[in-house]
Amino acid sequence: MLGSVWLGLTWMADARLGSTGARQLGNRHTDPADAGPLRAEPLLSLAGISKRFPAVLANDQISFAVGRREIHALLGENGAGKSTLVKLIYGLMRPDAGRMTLAGAAFAPLSPADARARGVGMVFQHFSLFEALTVAENIALGISRQGPDRALKARIATTSAAYGLKLDPDRQVGTLSVGERQRVEIVRCLLEAPQLIIMDEPTSVLTPQEVEALFATLRRLVAEGRSILYISHKLEEIRALCSRATILRAGRVVASCDPRQESAQKIGAMMLGGTLPSVRREPLRASGGAMRLKVNALSLAKTEQFGIDLTNISIEVRGGEIVGIAGVAGNGQAELMDALTGERLAATGPSIEVDGTSVGRKPPRARRALGLLSVREERLGHASVPAMSLWENGVLTAEARRHLSRRGLLDKAGARRFAGRVVADFAVNSSGVDSTAERLSGGNLQKFLVGREILQTPAVLVVAQPTWGVDVGAAASIHARLLALAGAGTAILIISQDLDELFAVADRIAVIASGRLSRAEPVHLITAAGLGLSMGGLNRGEPAHA
Amino acid sequence: MLRLEPRLEPSRLMFYSAPFLAVALALAAGMVLFGALGKSPLTAVELIFLEPLRSLRGIAEILVKATPLILIAVGLAVGFRAGVWNIGAEGQFTIGALTGGSVALAVYPASGWWLLPAMALAGIAGGMGWAAIVAVLRTRCNTNEILVSLMLTYVAVLALSALTHGPLRDPDGLNFPESRLFQTGVPLIIPGTRAHVGFLVALAAVALAWVLLECHLLGLKIKVLGQAPRAAAFAGYSEPRLVWMSLLLSGGAAGLAGLFEAAGPVGQLVPQLPAGYGFAAIVVAFLGRLNPIGILLAGLLLALTTIGGEMAQISMSLPSATISTFQGMFLFFMLAADVLVNYRPRWRPRRTLAELEATPAKAPANAAN
Repeated sequence: MLGSVWLGLTWMADARLGSTGARQLGNRHTDPADAGPLRAEPLLSLAGISKRFPAVLANDQISFAVGRREIHALLGENGAGKSTLVKLIYGLMRPDAGRMTLAGAAFAPLSPADARARGVGMVFQHFSLFEALTVAENIALGISRQGPDRALKARIATTSAAYGLKLDPDRQVGTLSVGERQRVEIVRCLLEAPQLIIMDEPTSVLTPQEVEALFATLRRLVAEGRSILYISHKLEEIRALCSRATILRAGRVVASCDPRQESAQKIGAMMLGGTLPSVRREPLRASGGAMRLKVNALSLAKTEQFGIDLTNISIEVRGGEIVGIAGVAGNGQAELMDALTGERLAATGPSIEVDGTSVGRKPPRARRALGLLSVREERLGHASVPAMSLWENGVLTAEARRHLSRRGLLDKAGARRFAGRVVADFAVNSSGVDSTAERLSGGNLQKFLVGREILQTPAVLVVAQPTWGVDVGAAASIHARLLALAGAGTAILIISQDLDELFAVADRIAVIASGRLSRAEPVHLITAAGLGLSMGGLNRGEPAHA
Repeated sequence: MLRLEPRLEPSRLMFYSAPFLAVALALAAGMVLFGALGKSPLTAVELIFLEPLRSLRGIAEILVKATPLILIAVGLAVGFRAGVWNIGAEGQFTIGALTGGSVALAVYPASGWWLLPAMALAGIAGGMGWAAIVAVLRTRCNTNEILVSLMLTYVAVLALSALTHGPLRDPDGLNFPESRLFQTGVPLIIPGTRAHVGFLVALAAVALAWVLLECHLLGLKIKVLGQAPRAAAFAGYSEPRLVWMSLLLSGGAAGLAGLFEAAGPVGQLVPQLPAGYGFAAIVVAFLGRLNPIGILLAGLLLALTTIGGEMAQISMSLPSATISTFQGMFLFFMLAADVLVNYRPRWRPRRTLAELEATPAKAPANAAN
C-alpha cells in the first residue's frame, strides 16, 4: 500500500509538473515507508501561521496539528478564517508567517498541484465538474493530461468499489444526483493517493442516508492510515465523526477539544464566544389563518438540458404558517422558485394564487405588488447584483412596493433610507448603504436580502436556503425574524436542504423529489429518517450503502 | 518577476486614472513609433496635440469631428452597459444619412424651417429601423447581435453606394455618383467655420444620457441587465424590452449623427460618407468608461488627435496609417490599464521551493490551548 502511494506520487508529479518540477520535488520526498518510526508524530502541523489581507488579519498565529489516522474538525463561524487556512494548506495562497510540516518535512506548497504531489487532497464544497462530460472525462481533466482511457476507467472502478463509492465511469455528470457528484470529487481526490484529505462542508448537500454512507467511507479511509481535515459548522455531525476539533474565531485558535466529550451547546458557545442563541418554535399554533398561497397542480417543463420537469405540484400555506420543502438539491427546487417568483410563467393563471388572486401568468413585479415576495438561494448574481451598492440592490425588489421611483426617476433619498432601515433593523454589518453587495460576508448579505423582503411586509414570503453558508449567529437571527413574520400573519414557504432548519421553524414539511412534491405533513408526525428516505427514494440516485 | 495580485476590491483611483494613464502610454509609444519612422517625436506630438488648438478654425474642426463621435458613443454606451453589443453603428449612421437625406431630395426644391427637423427625424427613424433588424433577430431568434449588426454595416454602405450611383444621383451632376446638394444646411455655431448645431445636440445627448443612466430607473435596469442578467430576471426587468430599447437608442443616435454629417459638413449624399465614425465611437465609448461625461472628453480627444494627425501627415509626410495606429493604441492601452483596476502589480523575485522552505518562521510557534 505504502509503495503504491509512493508510485502514485511520482506518477502524479510527473504528470502534473512536467519533468523539471517533478525532479525537483522528487528529490525531497521522504519515502512514506520511512515514516514508520515517526508514527506518533502528527501528519500535518501548523506553527504560527498568519495571513493578512488589506482589511483584515484572516489568520492570526494559528497553530495546531492533525494526527495520523485522525478525523480532525476545523470549526468556526463564517469569517472565522477556516477557508483562508485551508487555502494555505492546499497551496492556493501562501502564509505571511509561520511554518507547516507534513510528515516530518517542511511543507510550503506553491500551488494545489504541489500540495497534491505531497499527498494533500481536497474535496471542495462547490463541485467543479462539467455536466456535459462523463465521470471518467471529468476525472481525467482533473488529474492528468491522460485521456479517459480504459486504464483510467479501471482505476476509477477499483477505487470507487474499494471505498463503497458506487460510480459508473461512463455516466454523464449532468445526470448524476448531488450525492453522486460528490462521489466523483472524492474518487478524483483518492486517485491521487493523498495522505491528508481536506473536506469542506461535505454534508451540506446530502440526505441523511447519504451522510451515513459518506461517514462510513471516511472512517474506512482513516482506518487505512490517512487523515482527514473536516470543515463544518454542523456540531452534531462533528460530534459523531471527529476525534479532535480545533475551533477558530476571528482568525485565532480559541479552543481545541475532543468533540465526543463535549456537548453541542458547549462547542457552539466556543465558536461564538457566547451562548448559542436557540431558536425553537412553539409547538404548532392554531393554523386557522386565511389561505394566502395556493399552488394548484402546477406543471412546468424544463428549459435546460439538465433541468427538472415540475409535475403536478400542489401546496397551500395559510397566514401565520411556515411550510418547509425538503429535498436534495437539483430535484426541482430552482424550477419551483422560478415558477413562484414569476421568472418563468405558469401555463395557467390559477396554478398559483396569492390571497385568492391568480398570479400564475403575472410577471415578477406584478406578483410583488400583490405581496408575493421571495429570497433566492444564490445571493450574488441572482438575488443581488454583486458590484452594485446596497441601496441600488434594495431598489431591485422594493421599488414598486416602496414607491422608490417617481415617473421613472429614482427616489435616491428614499432608496437610501429604505436600505438604511434594512441595515439597521437586521444588524447588517457593512460600511453603509453605499457598500457593494459583494463586499458583505455571506451571513450579512443574507440578512440584508431577507430584511429587504421582510420590511416590505409580504403577504407571502418564499425563501430558498435562508441560512445556506451563513454563520450560526446570523442563522439564528434570520430564523427569529421569519418566526416573527409568521406571527404577524404572513404565509412563509421555506425551501431548504437543511433538515435541522426545517424541523426548527416549520409547521409542516413536504418533500420535493424529481420534480414532484409530497403532501406537507405536520412536523410532529415526521422523523428525519423518514424524510430522508422519501428525499432519496424518489430520487434518481438511490442512497448509497457502504 | 513582476506578478499581478488580485485586489481585494477594485481601485477607485485606478478606475478614474486609467484613461489618463492610457493616453500617456499611447503618447509614449507613439513617440517611439514616430522616432522609428525617422521623424522628430516632439514635433509630431506638438502638431498632433497642440497645433489644432491654436486657431479658431482648428477648434471648430475638432467640434465637427467630435459631434458624430460623441453622439454615437453616448448611444452605444447605453447598450454596452446593458451588455448589448451593437458594433454596427457605422451602418446605422449610413442609413440615417440616407433616410434623412432622402427627405430633402424627395421634396426638392421645397425648403423651409421645417426641413431640417424633418430630415433629423427621418435620420433617427432610419438608424432605429436598421438597429431594429438586429433587435428582432436577437430577441426572436437569439442571434448574436455583434455579428448581425456588423454585417448589416456592409449592407448599409453598399445600399448607400448603390443609391447614389442610381436613383439618388444628381441629374445635373455629370454622372458623378453623388446626390444633389441639399437645399438646406445645418446652422453654424461658429460663423465662418464648419462647426454646426449638431455639437449642441451632442451635448444635450450627453446630458440626457447622464440623467438616464444616473437618475432614472431605466438606467438602473440597464446596468442590472448588463452586470447580472439573472438578477434582472429576478427583479422582473424584461430582457427583450431592454434589448430593444438600447438598440433603438443607439441606432437612433447613430442615425442622427449620420444625418448631421451628410447635411452639415458634406452637404449631400456621397458613397464615401461612412468614414469610420461608427467604429471610432466604440473606442470613444470605452475610453470614456461608458460614462456620458467621459465620452464627451474622449470624443474631443479623439477628434483632436484626428485633426492633429492630419496636420502631421501633411506637414511631416507621415504615412496615413500612422494616426489610425496611434488611435488604436489608445484603446489597446486603455484595456491594458484596466487590469490595474482589479489587480495590483507586485515585484517579487522568483524564489525556489528550497528557499521558501528554508525561510524561518517569522512568528514564534505558540501551541493551541
